[in-house]
Amino acid sequence: MASGKGILKFDWLTILLYAALVGIGWMNIYSASLSDSTSGFFDLSQIYTKQLFFIGLSVVLIVFILAIEAKFYERFSSIIYIVSLLSLLGLFVLGKNVNGATSWYALGNFSLQPSEFAKAATALALAKYVSDIQTNVKEFKHQLRTFIIIALPAILIIPQPDPGSALIYIAFIFPLYREGLHFVYLLFGFFAAALFVGTLAAGVIWVAIGVAVIAGIIFLKNRKRRPNITKYVIIVAACIGFAFSVNYIFNNVFEQRHRDRFNIVLGKETDSKGIGYNTNQSEIAIGSGGWTGKGWTQGTQTKGNFVPEQHTDYIFSTVGEEWGFVGSMVVVLLFVFLIVRILHLAERQKNQFSRVYGYGVASILFLHFFVNVGMVTGLFPTVGIPLPFFSYGGSGLWGFTILVFIFVRLDASNYINA
Amino acid sequence: MRKLLLLSIVLITGLVFTGRLFYLQIYDTSFQKLSEGNAVKVIYDYPQRGEVFDRNGKLLVTNQPSYDVMVIPKDVKPLDTLEFCSILKITKEEFIGILNKARVYSPRLPSVVIPQLNKADYAYLSEKMHKYEGFYIQKRSLRDYQVKHSANVLGYIAEVNNPIIEKNPYYQMGDLIGMQGVEKQYEEVLRGVKGVKYIQKDRFNRDIGAYKEGIFDTLPERGKDISLTIDAVLQEYGEALMVNKRGGIVAIEPATGEILSLVTAPNYDPSLLVGRERSKNFTKLWYDTIAKPLFDRGLQGEYPPGSPFKTMTALIGLQEEVIDTKESISCHGGYSYGRGRKLGCHHHYSPLSMVDGIANSCNAYFCTVYRRIIEKYPTPQEGIDNWKRHLSSFGLGNYLGYDLPSGRRGYIPNSDYYNRSYNFPTYKWFATATISNAIGQGEVSLTPMQMANFTTIIANRGWYYKPHIIKNISVVDTIPKIYTEKYNTTIDPRYFEPVVQGMFDVYNHGTAAHIQIPGIEVCGKTGTAENFIRLNGKRMQLTDHSIFVAFAPKDNPKIAIAVFVENGYWGSRWAGRIAGLMIEKYLKGEITRTDMESFVLNGSLEAEYAKPYSGAPFNINK
Repeated sequence: MASGKGILKFDWLTILLYAALVGIGWMNIYSASLSDSTSGFFDLSQIYTKQLFFIGLSVVLIVFILAIEAKFYERFSSIIYIVSLLSLLGLFVLGKNVNGATSWYALGNFSLQPSEFAKAATALALAKYVSDIQTNVKEFKHQLRTFIIIALPAILIIPQPDPGSALIYIAFIFPLYREGLHFVYLLFGFFAAALFVGTLAAGVIWVAIGVAVIAGIIFLKNRKRRPNITKYVIIVAACIGFAFSVNYIFNNVFEQRHRDRFNIVLGKETDSKGIGYNTNQSEIAIGSGGWTGKGWTQGTQTKGNFVPEQHTDYIFSTVGEEWGFVGSMVVVLLFVFLIVRILHLAERQKNQFSRVYGYGVASILFLHFFVNVGMVTGLFPTVGIPLPFFSYGGSGLWGFTILVFIFVRLDASNYINA
Repeated sequence: MRKLLLLSIVLITGLVFTGRLFYLQIYDTSFQKLSEGNAVKVIYDYPQRGEVFDRNGKLLVTNQPSYDVMVIPKDVKPLDTLEFCSILKITKEEFIGILNKARVYSPRLPSVVIPQLNKADYAYLSEKMHKYEGFYIQKRSLRDYQVKHSANVLGYIAEVNNPIIEKNPYYQMGDLIGMQGVEKQYEEVLRGVKGVKYIQKDRFNRDIGAYKEGIFDTLPERGKDISLTIDAVLQEYGEALMVNKRGGIVAIEPATGEILSLVTAPNYDPSLLVGRERSKNFTKLWYDTIAKPLFDRGLQGEYPPGSPFKTMTALIGLQEEVIDTKESISCHGGYSYGRGRKLGCHHHYSPLSMVDGIANSCNAYFCTVYRRIIEKYPTPQEGIDNWKRHLSSFGLGNYLGYDLPSGRRGYIPNSDYYNRSYNFPTYKWFATATISNAIGQGEVSLTPMQMANFTTIIANRGWYYKPHIIKNISVVDTIPKIYTEKYNTTIDPRYFEPVVQGMFDVYNHGTAAHIQIPGIEVCGKTGTAENFIRLNGKRMQLTDHSIFVAFAPKDNPKIAIAVFVENGYWGSRWAGRIAGLMIEKYLKGEITRTDMESFVLNGSLEAEYAKPYSGAPFNINK
């Protein structure tokens, strides 16, 4: 139990950044969900009132999380992880279908989305396994087990279907790399992504020619060292095979809506009233903000509800329209500061469990921020994931709150007798 | 190294987002416009158009509310179609057709079901309207003409077309604009300024309130009322006199240049171009290419001026000092000019001097004077150009600068014209080749407005204000400055008196002696102009035009008038009588020459106008 003196040992900078993001987030939800038929500020049917209620419950959650002993999280991480997996499994039986996705449990007027809590649970389980004295992430056997820990929740989330939330589990490659995973895994991932995008953008033939040419150049440069020619041939063949399989998967396995999203980002389609409508409207909203924006609750695009899902996944477009470049930069900087702060704290942890968990928190926050803002500003394809602390929704807010504050509690345990 | 990877990626991401946001929000400004285009709707609040009054404050044109039945197709609920159709006075098939068209145009935006209901239908329908969801009545403002005359002066308003919108961004599709007459000339005064409201739209294009609480909205500004110089009583009387005749009457107040009446015949009731029947009526008027009711003969008709033009010849002769008032010139039944050609004259005593020459309209006298004017100079070219210089100072051969949008220049030839015609210098030409100009025939042509203006100048003995139709704008007594500037001619004022005397004698014992108006001293000049038309490639001569110009009283004149009656034969037959009646009506307010009045009111020239189109051979001047 944290003593009265111990409160001072919490990392107040992290808490302050969290509070700032939640506060600014709520102001934007208020603006985005403000309708002309306002019946009163404390009308619980209004989205912004509900979010305020969620924020209030978050404070209660925070008090509980910080009150519990830090050791609890390490000791019970496996159990938390298993409960989380069960809650995901239970959705197949008891789940509520909203907009075609069975991701929620209905609890009276409110719904809970277990996938939002699974991230924290997975981060705990991963930290627990990796920090085990017998685990060595350089060994293939342990790598496989780690991979299973990460992949299990993702596999359960994909068929909801919610591929966006599943995608986030890729983030756990960062703590693993920090703990000694070979760089090749990262490089391989990056190279695969580059080939993937290259194939879709330029076509199989050009990618094949490009790979062959690059391989040829490297081969000729290194020829004095008598490189093994069969090795080069195998790598080039593998790359081209991958490109062909990407082409096949894209055209035969992907659904049309996935193809459309990629094609828009790659500039192949510019149909503003069709598939790219969301991104287009979002860019218009952000772009119309100018230097200082149109002012809080003054956004014409926001008021007109031109951007779909604006209070959830597209909330950043409200920031861009109403607060302009200056306001958007404040939000971007707050996120960068928070992630950097958590990384900094993680590095100074005395035990490995806390460090791995801290890296997990930073990675999850980063990937959400990266994918969401990238999508809203039209840099990436549309992937439906929320912006932490900003997007409307109780489960999301609580999920991120738990994620962050368990780390705040772990961090404080370095100074408080746990 | 392992500690730095994620940190670096986070920082790089921050930079990339900064760049992207800078590009979207600062660098590329096209998003601002896109945003305004799809989120803000502009609606206009149309002010009342200004009213139009005559010189005595009689209301000529006001506004009437008009009611359009509108529909928003998506709001339509099942209804008693038969009952609704019977109220709207359309068949069920028409109703379904209209509704389908509206739905194709837009299910969410309003379309017109029935345009411009009259007041009675509106009153009946407005009680029943609540029963029909999705339908409503839109109030608009149309012109309401209080008089049946002056259509050519007042003009009309119509919806703007694309060329107008491109030229003038004030107008939007569906706006009304003055298309003719004072409606066009004083469009910006009459229309006022429309108000603008910016409405915030949502993505379904529905209104969700004022944009930024209405800080950019402006209120409409009512159009200003104007008063015209037209005397409604005189105008109406003039139009009545011209029934079944073709031609124009222009009356000007000499002291001010104010146009007292501007009559063209045939004309039309201005109310024809308002409301549901507008386009049908307009098409009918537009395609009447024989009577040409839309053609303002007073301003646009270019006619040979005939004998009234002899006053010009006299004035120029006096100014050029090629004749004085005492010299008499003999007339032997006409004017002979080389190789047996002779320009005929009518019976009068001979020889005669200037005053009698005008009174008897002697062709020989004015041909002699004209020839001297031209031959005063070494070459006929210089002579003609000098002659034209004098006429230009009367505003002849060019636009007069009055404030109505239609008009013609008329024509006064110069030396270039004859050089071209006669292929100078290969062939030479002399004053005699242009001798018809002396008596207002030949190459000279004038509009009735120009004839009225030179009559005004004679009445004023040498000066004029530009004729104008605007008396004042709103309550402020201002008219454009160009109408308060005096213009002088090249003729010395002292030369006008003998011409005035000659015109007085025309009335006393000359060619218009039978048009006596008790108690009024009229100065006038008759004209009978030969004219030709080309019909199906055949040139044929028609009955002479009947022309009369006059002013009265002789001293301190109150009205100057030019009357032109197409194919009316001799000058005093129609034009003289009409001018006399107009003068009496204006100066006395009543008619004592009722014999003359009934002759004119009952007289018709329709048979004369039908002659060339009958296909049969016909006689003229009968």
